[in-house]
Amino acid sequence: MANFFTDNTDLLFHLQHPLMKKIVALKERDFQDKDKFDYAPMDFEDAMDSYEKVLEIVGEICGDIVAPNAEGVDAEGPKIVNNEVIYAKGTQENLDALVKAGLMGITLPRKYEGLNFPIVPYIMAADIVSRADAGFVNIWGLQDCAETINEFASEDQKERFLPRISNGETAAMDLTEPDAGSDLQAVQLKATYNEKDGKWYLNGVKRFITNGDGHVSLVLARSEAGTTDGRGLSMFIYDRNHKKVTIRRIENKMGIKGSPTCELVFKDAPAELVGQTRMGLIKYVMALMNGARLGIGAQSVGISEAAYREALAYAEERKQFGKTIIEFPAVYELLATMKARLDASRTLLYETSRYVDIYKSYMHISEERQLTKEERADMKYYQRLADFFTPLLKGMTSEYCNQLAYDSLQIHGGSGFMKDYPIERIYRDARITTIYEGTTQLQVVAAIRGVTTGSYLDRIREFEAMTIKPELHGFRRTLIGMTEEYEKAVRQVMEVKDNEYLDFHARRLVEMAGHIIMGYLLLLDTERDDRFRTSTEIYIRMGRSENRARAEYIANCTIDDLGFFKPAQ
Amino acid sequence: MGLKIIVLAKQVPDTRNVGKDAMKADGTVNRAALPAIFNPEDLNALEQALRLKEKYKGSTVTVLTMGPGRAADIIREGLFRGADDGYLLTDRAFAGSDTLATSYAISCAVRKIKSFDLILAGRQAIDGDTAQVGPQVAEKLNLPQITYAEEILKAEKGKILVKRRLERGVETVEGPLPCVVTVNGSAAPCRPRAAKLLMKYKHAKTMSEKQSQSEDYIDMSADRPYLNIAEWSVNDVETDDKWLGLAGSPTKVKKIENVVFQAKESKVLSGSDKDIEELMKELILNHTIG
Repeated sequence: MANFFTDNTDLLFHLQHPLMKKIVALKERDFQDKDKFDYAPMDFEDAMDSYEKVLEIVGEICGDIVAPNAEGVDAEGPKIVNNEVIYAKGTQENLDALVKAGLMGITLPRKYEGLNFPIVPYIMAADIVSRADAGFVNIWGLQDCAETINEFASEDQKERFLPRISNGETAAMDLTEPDAGSDLQAVQLKATYNEKDGKWYLNGVKRFITNGDGHVSLVLARSEAGTTDGRGLSMFIYDRNHKKVTIRRIENKMGIKGSPTCELVFKDAPAELVGQTRMGLIKYVMALMNGARLGIGAQSVGISEAAYREALAYAEERKQFGKTIIEFPAVYELLATMKARLDASRTLLYETSRYVDIYKSYMHISEERQLTKEERADMKYYQRLADFFTPLLKGMTSEYCNQLAYDSLQIHGGSGFMKDYPIERIYRDARITTIYEGTTQLQVVAAIRGVTTGSYLDRIREFEAMTIKPELHGFRRTLIGMTEEYEKAVRQVMEVKDNEYLDFHARRLVEMAGHIIMGYLLLLDTERDDRFRTSTEIYIRMGRSENRARAEYIANCTIDDLGFFKPAQ
Repeated sequence: MGLKIIVLAKQVPDTRNVGKDAMKADGTVNRAALPAIFNPEDLNALEQALRLKEKYKGSTVTVLTMGPGRAADIIREGLFRGADDGYLLTDRAFAGSDTLATSYAISCAVRKIKSFDLILAGRQAIDGDTAQVGPQVAEKLNLPQITYAEEILKAEKGKILVKRRLERGVETVEGPLPCVVTVNGSAAPCRPRAAKLLMKYKHAKTMSEKQSQSEDYIDMSADRPYLNIAEWSVNDVETDDKWLGLAGSPTKVKKIENVVFQAKESKVLSGSDKDIEELMKELILNHTIG
């Protein structure tokens, strides 16, 4: 009877952001589909109403089916039968319900039988599904791959593969190999072109592949014999119907146990090249990864939501020393801080999603007609923001979701350590978020450029200039102070002009920027709705002291100090 | 060879999650305090209909409901899940109907629809829990009926094969078509609303809805006939007034009592096999379990 969309009105708040007007206009292009498809919107209000109503379906399925199945799925897990992955019973039920509801090609154009929704409502659906079962979102969320096909594949390939995904087939992205994890340039899986039949064939091993037995897989492979780096890699589509891949094993994992993580052996597997050769890693995988990182942001927020709710329910119910434990400062501080981090994570998630929405729509429009000069500038502006915000989002929210799961379990005390409460599973599920699709450390490598180029600072200045109510000016003053401190810390590190020194402090600087940005986003949320005031207060207070600690660490550090940390030669 | 299926559905107050305002002081249901929902077992019936539609190409599913104007929601909910069309039977003259008057009105509407192969309904509604309307409709239409259906296995060549869920087991029965089948809550749950159907049909309205609301999308219904939900009043179905509404309802509510359970009696059991066996017998006898 639960509805995970309607029982959380923060979602509707984020869905109704003022920028949606622009996003919908770009996505629907003057509502050109309205007479071609009976389910296309007539105008902005109609489109927004559809997003809301469809999210209600997502919320209902998640509340009634996915969440109640989560415990059983975690215990049962998938298995291999006759070289096929068989999902846990609950996983299959979840998938059947979402397929029946037509929620598989949410962002795909209508001509490929998708819903043509913007990224924002799609990511919101992922946020909701993740709260219900963080492992299941991996299978459902791999519809991201379809977005990559839509961006880079030929029209013929789109027509053949995309409707299949819209109608319920699942996907996989086969990147990692035993010797190519964080360093994807080392991918070895071989793609060979056969002159006789004009087809590509794949040979080699992939490891840690989520939903490796999906119907449609995107495979990163070395098409240029003799090369050793990323420039020799291309992307291919492999169709499961060829049955040329052996599923060697399913990993026995700590968490997200319902999601089958496969080791695959490709043996003369026929595959289709996507786009151009040699662009596999540098262009297509980067796009795929950016989409996936946004997805992990949504997963992290959903897990945080689940962890917070479990903690709150337990703290309100559990009595010790004659009162409910939520009345003790040690517990209510934890809870309020959890909520502040959750709200900060969610506002960063939707802000980033909006940037991605806008630039991607421009990109698709540019395939149909030439963009005007203003449009091109606008696209570049949002693409740049998306590029810098995506690693910040993935890094910050995945770390927060682990912190939330940890604190939630702590509030449960001994009970949380037992399998009797969902938090035990949530805690295990949370752990992967800081690792896959690029570890936090790798997100920092991407995000530090936002620090050194001044991109974060530019955006912070824009936030600073936005109009807010007089009673909120105090928050802004604090954030301005934090910004000055951040600039000073950046200067101190940059002045050393040493890359290793920059890498050493990179995470500290990225986090400082993150605290300021999320502080502003919460402040702007409060400008629209007072319900976020408490979280804004708590988050900015916490961010200020955490930034001060980092600034102080940097101020008292010299390049020689790295010697204390370096492994002995 | 497709089937023409009519699903009888009712909008009911959600009595499953009852809060403290659920009953009025006089002991009647406070409909305003409870959300109006699609009667759960009618959803089971709809699912059976939709499965037949998938199995037998060219089949159609029509939702028929009787109620106030807002019961058009039930038709829309049906359309969102895969029904083809629906009829809302609504008129002040139907107000106060008991099961007899309701089944009379519905049977008149079914006659008016005329052509059908199968009528499906939920076993009972959660507001009255009578389980009478389905069977009474069958009697009034002079059709055979199969109750407590859990799964419709086949409906072809003029025959229907149905698995029934009974108190102590299941039985599979065959009957002729057309007939009335009432579906049990143990049948497969109804599929979720489908996103594309929801977006297609969300502007479907009855004539009264179009007249009473300031509707932004009224013009659409001219080009898109599927956005018009048929609305029938007494004048649209051939009825005899004396069988309608309060006049046609022999059921009279004599007294309503608020029953508050209070645990006063207690029994001490030793935990021996004998005591446990006796407790089990007692619970089976008074239908607490079994």
